[in-house]
Amino acid sequence: MAQITYIEHDGTEHAVDVKPGLSVMEGAVKNNVPGIDADCGGACACATCHVYVDEAWAPRLGEQSAMEVSMLDFAENVAPSSRLSCQLKVSDALDGLVVRMPESQH
Amino acid sequence: MNIAVKVDAADAAAEAYATPLAELDPAKVERFQNDTLWPVFERLRAEDPVHYTAESDFGPYWSVTTWDDIMAVDTNHEAFSSADGITLPNLKAFEEQRKVWEQANPGAEAPQRRGGAGFITMDEPEHTPARKAVSPTLAPSNIASMSPVVRERAGVILDSLPIGEPFDWVDLVSKELTAMTLATLFDFPFEQRRKLPWWSDMITNMPGHGPVESWQQKGEAMMECFAAFRALWDQRVNAEPGIDLISMMAHNPDTRNMDAMTFQGNVILLIVGGNDTTRNTISGSVYHLNKNPDQYDKLRADPGLVLPMVSETIRYQTPLAHMRRTATRDVELGGKTIKEGDRVAMWYISGNRDESKIENPNSYIVDRERPRQHMSFGFGVHRCVGNRVAEMQLTIIWEEILKRFPRIELVEEPVRSYSSFVHGYESMKVVIPARA
Repeated sequence: MAQITYIEHDGTEHAVDVKPGLSVMEGAVKNNVPGIDADCGGACACATCHVYVDEAWAPRLGEQSAMEVSMLDFAENVAPSSRLSCQLKVSDALDGLVVRMPESQH
Repeated sequence: MNIAVKVDAADAAAEAYATPLAELDPAKVERFQNDTLWPVFERLRAEDPVHYTAESDFGPYWSVTTWDDIMAVDTNHEAFSSADGITLPNLKAFEEQRKVWEQANPGAEAPQRRGGAGFITMDEPEHTPARKAVSPTLAPSNIASMSPVVRERAGVILDSLPIGEPFDWVDLVSKELTAMTLATLFDFPFEQRRKLPWWSDMITNMPGHGPVESWQQKGEAMMECFAAFRALWDQRVNAEPGIDLISMMAHNPDTRNMDAMTFQGNVILLIVGGNDTTRNTISGSVYHLNKNPDQYDKLRADPGLVLPMVSETIRYQTPLAHMRRTATRDVELGGKTIKEGDRVAMWYISGNRDESKIENPNSYIVDRERPRQHMSFGFGVHRCVGNRVAEMQLTIIWEEILKRFPRIELVEEPVRSYSSFVHGYESMKVVIPARA
């Protein structure tokens, strides 16, 4: 299991254990963590699972696909640390990952 | 004319299953007007999920009917282009509209593409910058700042409704609220707001349906609409930048030099996308709650269910029944080969009833566990840019309804739109019972 900490826009923290193989988005949805809508169910097709990931983690997250770049283009308040959490696969290497949620998903 | 022939649901299902598959034409408009489309899509999902119709009013076309196949097409914008248009083109309507365009743009070369509905009918790389020009206006933070005025207007609309006598909900509520919101988004003269849904109806309807009496009258209405928006553009382009949709396009380097046809296309897209869809879902919510009184009771007992009810209504209504693409190369899908140049309809209205993806999809359930899991906004780069504006209006109108009226009763079956694209209602007679 990898511990992932999801921080809502208002600062509320949710530390949950997520099974390797799931996505960071699924870790939130399955544990009823609010702030990630995931309308498309994980197909990289809607941008409603937008999160911010500290840059220190970037090398361990894998490259963004062209589709993720395209979809993120339509989210609000996108930053260099923005990712779609459905595209982040949980592994032991991500134990301790912290992701922050935007104020709202678009 | 606007008279829906009542067809028995069992007869419709029998006909859908008795028709040879090769002859099944799911876009047939009559089935949408009399609400007998469901067994056709149920059969296609089970027997021929990627289906070819050789002959129809729309020419030959493919139908993609399951959640996963629709997702595959919608997210593959390189193989499935939007530049040739995003609805199944009624061939006669297209010819008539081409004449209207040529009349309005004398001497100009006729458009090369059939699209012409703004950035929704563009492919990459031109699509993204054009869409991004307007998306900040429709993003959550701007929507949040608009919501108090929408709530105030919703209250005024509801407080002025007749009590104890039948009225048309579409006219007095659905069109009125969405016209007001759209006028604000465009910074369009507020007292003329009802022109917006009227133009939208003129654009989407064929003669004999909605307010459209003839091709000539339809063309004149569109010219009037384009002229009004051209005047707004001229005003905004010389003024300080604002947050309204016209100003955003007029001051963005990627859109400020767009040609007349592209501007007219964006006007069509933003008017139709900005009111028809939300209008028909507002009307649909009243209809579906009436048809499912246990769900209406549940909502009334717990107004906290407004949010999931709104998403469930957007799924169940599916205000745009399909979006269309054109294959840019041969593509294998569901064991079939879609050939380069073929038209492909993604039937969201069918994907939203896909039994393999959504539990009890034919039931309207206001407290679903994952109500946002629906296809009505589309997926991929062309996903609805105004989805949060739609949800905001639906949420506010229902929060305000529940504060005021325990029930809104359907008086008779509504008149449905004559369209296999816009899935909605021309009118819906309801009554708000007087209380002792």
